[in-house]
Amino acid sequence: MTSLSPALSFRDVSFHYQVDGGKQISPILNQVSLDIHAREFITIIGPSGSGKSTMFRLITGLEQPVAGAIELGGSEAPHRHGKVGYMPQKDLLLPWRTILDNAALPLELKGVSRQEAQRQVLPMLEEFGLKGTESKYPGNLSGGMRQRVSFLRSVLSGSDVLLLDEPFSALDAITRLSMQEWLLEQWELRGKTILFITHDVDEALFLSDRIFIFQQAPISRLEEVTVPLARPRTIKDLTQPAVAELKQQLIDRLRKRVD
Amino acid sequence: MNRWKDYATPALVFAAFLILWEVTARVIGASFILPSFTQVMVRIWELREALLTTHLFSTLQIVAIGLGLSIALGIGLAVWMNYSRAVEKAFYPILVASQTIPIIAIAPIFVLWFGYSIWSKVAVTLLFTFFPITVATFDGLKSVSREYKELLQTMGASGRDIFFKLSVPTALPFFYSGIKVGVTLSVIGAAIGEWLGAQAGLGYFSRRMMTQFDGAGVFAPIVILSLLGIALFLIVGALEKRALRWRKTQ
Repeated sequence: MTSLSPALSFRDVSFHYQVDGGKQISPILNQVSLDIHAREFITIIGPSGSGKSTMFRLITGLEQPVAGAIELGGSEAPHRHGKVGYMPQKDLLLPWRTILDNAALPLELKGVSRQEAQRQVLPMLEEFGLKGTESKYPGNLSGGMRQRVSFLRSVLSGSDVLLLDEPFSALDAITRLSMQEWLLEQWELRGKTILFITHDVDEALFLSDRIFIFQQAPISRLEEVTVPLARPRTIKDLTQPAVAELKQQLIDRLRKRVD
Repeated sequence: MNRWKDYATPALVFAAFLILWEVTARVIGASFILPSFTQVMVRIWELREALLTTHLFSTLQIVAIGLGLSIALGIGLAVWMNYSRAVEKAFYPILVASQTIPIIAIAPIFVLWFGYSIWSKVAVTLLFTFFPITVATFDGLKSVSREYKELLQTMGASGRDIFFKLSVPTALPFFYSGIKVGVTLSVIGAAIGEWLGAQAGLGYFSRRMMTQFDGAGVFAPIVILSLLGIALFLIVGALEKRALRWRKTQ
């Protein structure tokens, strides 16, 4: 176990987008440093346009920092494609592939043979509550089921770090709650490190060890709070006075940015 | 029940049309101008041997070669234009301009170039079918969404992976639409090519009958051509349904 080195680190990372055909820049991150430890569950909360998604694009390698470095498992990782699992907001399952073939896609891209990929994926489908769906198409599945497939696909990327971008925002309240509980189970079971973007303060408090608060871009210092709750948690824990107070604080801080 | 109704309405309309045709033709009573439906059917039966062997085979050959070339060139150009913006800029306007050419007017020139060989007819067919197939395939390749492309990139997909696992399946429904338009046009193209200069084929046969004032003989190969177009369309439709089974779930 390399529990001493963080799963993911930013070292003085700066990033800006070029706008107006490169004539102007729109700064997003300004020398941001952070450490995320193995098996941590982090949520990132903040208004739209605050740079949350840009942070994910940087971690997945879709964007590269203008300055500074991003480290995975303690060593610098300039090429990050295929090294972190990403689960987008919309499930983005390929509609022409069966559930089995959708889940197996990351393995296929790593050059694993079809039979071997299927051998690995089939038992996982069962563990993810997707037994019997393997030969169905995404169009046949409910929103919650599709999100499970999407999560399974990111797990099968084989990466220790998973990035989840508002994965449950399109689900109804009840489905959402059971998906949150299910996600915590899976996270504990599989020993992954999760970064989770959300707009929902309750969701952030229920799920995470630490919450990063993104203010308006550009961000130069990350505000963070630690959630004072032990695990395993139930949804009732959110009514504890300390948590309720923290929730109020978070809402006030987020609201200030909107005003 | 509904399925039965789906077929019943067009069948009734078609039957009414045939009756109207039959009655009008009998009233006029000049079969070299307007042969009746039954006269055309009788003529098809009388000419069955010539129509369905030599001439149908000759036309089919043109359709097959013309469509095959069109599909190969169309896919090739669509992929190339999708790959490079410069190529798109260079070829797309030419592609559109090629459709403004009155093909029937230019077809005799093909006869000058290629003589009475099969290639003059293939050239006409190609000119008819190349455009819908290329444009449909190109639009399909262009419709790949950026979100999916980036998702595959985060999984470590190469450019080749993205092409075969994302672009090709995305473009497939568009490609089939292009082919469906293409097959019906290919029959028209082959017939026009034969009309203008051939020694065999259904289009040629129709023209020969016209010089003999055989009205029913003009219509007989046209009916066969039309049935050929419908048959090809249905074959492509069946292939499409098979390849795009997943679309039923959408």
